[in-house]
Amino acid sequence: MKPAPFKYARPASLDAACAMLAQGDDARLIAGGQTLVPLMAMRLARPKRLIDIGRLAELAFVRREDDAVAIGATTKQCVLEHDPLVRSQVPLLAKAMPFVGHAPIRARGTFGGSLANADPAAEIALVAVTLGATIVYRDGSELIAVSAAEFFTGPMTTVLPPSACLTCARFPVWREARLGVGFHEINARRSDFAFASAAAQIALDEDGTCARLALGIGAITPVPRRLDALGEMLKGKRMEEKRLRAAIAAALADIDPLSDLHASADYRRRAAATLLFRAITDAYQTAQPHARHAS
Amino acid sequence: MRLELSVNGSIHVVEVEPRMSLLDCLRERLLLTGAHAGCEHGVCGACTVLLDGVPVRSCLMFAVQADGCAITTIEGIAPGPGELSLIQDAFCETHAMQCGYCTPAMILTAHALLAGNPAPTRAEIVEAISANICRCTGYAQIIEAVALAADRMRGLNQPAART
Amino acid sequence: MSNTAKAFRFISTDRRVREDRRFVVGKGRFAADVALPDTRHVALVACPHPAARILSIHTSEALAMPGVRYVLGGRELAAATQPLLAGLDTPKVMRRPLAVDVARYAGEWVAAVVADTRAIAEDAAERVQVDYAPLPFVLDGEAAFAPESPAVHADHGSNVLLDRTFTWGEVERDFAQSPHHLSLRVKWGRSSTVPVETFAVLASWDPWREILDVFASVQMPRFPDQVALALKLPGSSVRVHNDVDVGGSYGVKRGIKHAVLVGYLTRRLGFPVRLVEDRLENMRGGDGHGPERNFDVEVAFDERGVIRSMKLRALDNVGAYAGRSPFQLGKPIGAIVGPYRINSVEYRAIAVTSNKTVQEAVRAFGQSPTNYAIERAVEEVARHRGLDRLEVRRRNLISAEEFPYRIPSGTTYDSGDYHAVIDKVLARADYADLIAERDRLRGDGLLAGIGMAACLEPSGANSTFEPLLNPKNETTTYVESCRIHVDVSGAVTTTIHTLSSGQGHETLVASAIGEVLEIDPDRIRVVRPDSLASLPSQSPVGSRMAIMLGGAAFHAAQKLKERLIAIAAHDLKIPAEQAVYHGGDVFDRSRPQIGRSWAEVVTIAHRHFHRLPPATEPGLAFTHVLQVPTGGSLPTADGRVQMYPCFAFEFHLILLAIDPDLGKAEIKRYLVGHDCGTVINPKIVRGMTLGGIAHGIGASLYEEFAYNADGQLLAQSFMVYLLPSAHEIPPVEIVHHVTPSPHTVFGQKGSGESGYLGAPGAIASAVNDALAPLGLVVNSLPIKIAQLGDMIAAARSKATPGERI
Repeated sequence: MKPAPFKYARPASLDAACAMLAQGDDARLIAGGQTLVPLMAMRLARPKRLIDIGRLAELAFVRREDDAVAIGATTKQCVLEHDPLVRSQVPLLAKAMPFVGHAPIRARGTFGGSLANADPAAEIALVAVTLGATIVYRDGSELIAVSAAEFFTGPMTTVLPPSACLTCARFPVWREARLGVGFHEINARRSDFAFASAAAQIALDEDGTCARLALGIGAITPVPRRLDALGEMLKGKRMEEKRLRAAIAAALADIDPLSDLHASADYRRRAAATLLFRAITDAYQTAQPHARHAS
Repeated sequence: MRLELSVNGSIHVVEVEPRMSLLDCLRERLLLTGAHAGCEHGVCGACTVLLDGVPVRSCLMFAVQADGCAITTIEGIAPGPGELSLIQDAFCETHAMQCGYCTPAMILTAHALLAGNPAPTRAEIVEAISANICRCTGYAQIIEAVALAADRMRGLNQPAART
Repeated sequence: MSNTAKAFRFISTDRRVREDRRFVVGKGRFAADVALPDTRHVALVACPHPAARILSIHTSEALAMPGVRYVLGGRELAAATQPLLAGLDTPKVMRRPLAVDVARYAGEWVAAVVADTRAIAEDAAERVQVDYAPLPFVLDGEAAFAPESPAVHADHGSNVLLDRTFTWGEVERDFAQSPHHLSLRVKWGRSSTVPVETFAVLASWDPWREILDVFASVQMPRFPDQVALALKLPGSSVRVHNDVDVGGSYGVKRGIKHAVLVGYLTRRLGFPVRLVEDRLENMRGGDGHGPERNFDVEVAFDERGVIRSMKLRALDNVGAYAGRSPFQLGKPIGAIVGPYRINSVEYRAIAVTSNKTVQEAVRAFGQSPTNYAIERAVEEVARHRGLDRLEVRRRNLISAEEFPYRIPSGTTYDSGDYHAVIDKVLARADYADLIAERDRLRGDGLLAGIGMAACLEPSGANSTFEPLLNPKNETTTYVESCRIHVDVSGAVTTTIHTLSSGQGHETLVASAIGEVLEIDPDRIRVVRPDSLASLPSQSPVGSRMAIMLGGAAFHAAQKLKERLIAIAAHDLKIPAEQAVYHGGDVFDRSRPQIGRSWAEVVTIAHRHFHRLPPATEPGLAFTHVLQVPTGGSLPTADGRVQMYPCFAFEFHLILLAIDPDLGKAEIKRYLVGHDCGTVINPKIVRGMTLGGIAHGIGASLYEEFAYNADGQLLAQSFMVYLLPSAHEIPPVEIVHHVTPSPHTVFGQKGSGESGYLGAPGAIASAVNDALAPLGLVVNSLPIKIAQLGDMIAAARSKATPGERI
């Protein structure tokens, strides 16, 4: 499984990379290559030119920017797994990272690469959509920011034009003191692409009611889905099993799950409900100052 | 394209097509055949090498991407001709292989794990090797080899009277 | 000969496996590692349709590309070669490396491109234009069996390669006299062993010596001579290099079409040619799929669950062509009742073609699917009678006093103590505790079950299923050989005449010889001469090498030892009976201080002809060609025959829990009792069992060669065909028992298939026990998460509101 031939360039700056992209002629960016190289090996992707941005230091960062954490596109996934800023300020992302492939994949794979690849089951994409991240890309000399929800348009498809380079994403930082997160997925083997996944970040008030809730499901629909209505339904309420399950069922009633070799649409709908319940429960329990059993 | 690869401590200059994978470059240009092709799409891990000390899938890298990086292959592990590293010896002690095809990858992964974690739990060993498929052993003897190696490494430099 | 009471010096001791040394330093010599100057590389052009007429192949664009040397089509290859051998008498079902006029499965190789690099060959393969006219196709085995289905091989007239019914014993009478009957259908899904190394072969033709050198990752009986036959070469013109390390096979690395392809190309083109399957070629076109079988089982039993008779219809979908694969319906005849005392059996074996990838020999050659079917039937009997599954097994198992035990199909089981093995496992598990743990998990809301399976590993191998299923084939010889040589310096060298793929044969043979000669096995050099310098071998199949290679080595070593004694005795001027062999030296029994050392005897043998006994050949070289014990006869007219000589036994006990909301199963505890007679090397045998269980877990829960309705294989890469990683395999506790075989030199039985034989049955048993409270049963493998989830959800939704499930 050898790729079709291509030319290779490693520009020294983002400016140079964008200039190369602007020349057109079937060029693609490569950073970690963990998703692109298998596609090329199977000849499902056949770029004539590869522009390697993997070593661009200017795109590898994790930093606080106002009330967001900005993560550069070429930041390696393994860095995100252990970064203290991510852990404290974007705990849902830290929680999801160990689910991304295997360690050797995370050693090379990049944050931006996962976003641009837009697999419906991708964990990073799910977290981005759930938390309402903003994704920034550069096209020519223009910088364009879109919400994560707008960024993903279908399986393996995003708004990124062929001439664009994803530069960073910004995750809003929640200021509440009591934050908890939950992330669950179901797959055939650990580290496989999930057939259903759920992410939850919860902030609790002093009295243990839900002040704020961000919920999302992945691998169930063509793009990750944020469940705003569900979040609204549960806001200001105490977490209680029957209410939670009923709210989840209502929120999922109108989704149209994927059906494929791995799982039927019905399975995905039920799995979505189960995984959401577990993710929300985990988030709620870890947000308590002293963890109590879910009522 | 002309590349400089640092492999097992030596610099090699090679001329490659951009599409040549790091795996193929190591095997065919440098004749280091210890890294193996199992799938060429990044799942089986038989192609694992260490890149700056970290296990990576060499089938998922083009050689040109590794220009200037320090690569360790299985051929760089034994301390000398006819000798075995402590980890290699542990693999022999527990018979942590049968056909030997995944073995270089497993050993390199074990080296990287124990370099950073001298006392891994069984779960940590499993997690570390879960990126490498073995079809022969069912993994138990491999897990035992890594645990044995960890034990022995911790035992080094202990005064004899301690035990 | 067995050595029950005798303590061994080296056999059964915990020795390292010497092969490991080269693998840990990356110095295994796999087929793709072998480099010859001027080698060119092959890439394949595959048919995208499940069935199609090949109208034309346009090669000019490909040939015009720089670095492309040749494009070979099926017609040219067919004109120059013989078709590949089939096992059954089906002359109109012809198989060749490249399709000729008709392609019969999506992925079948239609043309081969030869180029300076593999990458260029792939570039050129894309430029080969093939015009196809799609034909009707059939995928499902039962559908293919129906007479109106499109025949995959038009000249053969139907898709039926084999349809033979055997009746052993008074089946109808036994059914009539039994108060209870039940029937069920179980399905074994298409999976395979899928080694991490794909098939690789390098062939180089020397036109002056007229020798074809073949370096291949192969595990196949008769490989050298089948390559020669196909290429119309004398057998002595094919030299297969046995010192190639094979990166896993477990049956499937036959590669005969690959080898014939490159063998032809190197002769045609004048340089070495290499084919290393990439993973896509391997999964779809490598012809390494496993059995895909429906079993219709009917059993007749009494109120105590004792099974008197069984009818078994096995239909196997072998894919578009067949080599040996239909024989995978024949080998299980040698253990058709499993470990049970079933009085009579009717067995109908059906092999059908379909437009799927070709099936190859998979670990245990059909025994694992058969064991699964038998165990499912036994459990259904228990359920029917409301009896404990363990108790029903105990009642049906052959007991220790009954050995040697002859089963209805004519095979005699050599030895065993099945009840003892089960007792040991239950004790180790603390069975009452296991049940309590299961109930605790159920109390926590999980679906939890205990699974068990009792089954045999026929070992030693014998190809009597060939004459059984194809009366034109009278093969009754099944041998392994060994040569030992002591050189003038006194160093011992021995030979293995086949490739191995991780079974530790070098260690095995050195241990056997060391045991006989009473010298340290590490002193013994083991080499693998090429096939031209080799004695007959049937390769490591059918769990045979411990028995056969061990046996051949033993006998060759015995001959050597007898010669050493004879030389020493003659030199000491004593009768041979007065000489005592000890640790390599020979003493006079009546004057123990008088003797001849190893070095002295060796010197006499090689250099002092005047001191040799009369009519003695100089030197110290001995060979033994061992015929399989109990083998050598043809089947009777009613299809009875001794199949394999030795029968190992295993009992699996599993605790499994299923998340009822997600359908995901987790094995909480895994124990297996294993009796393979005398264990020659504990590390090797343990590895075999653990690896076999991992294969069984894969086949039960993760692996499937699924097809869509358009005849396309959906599992073409490792992203869809899921191999278990270390996360998916639980720790396994092995409990040992030894009932030696009376037929083997050390009492050893085979263990190469252990674990795989019983794990699927045990996992199915555990899942069904877990689902029993819901009234659900699963009768097919693999058992997939989402499918289980859907079943459970449907059952729960039928429950009345408020009812706790």
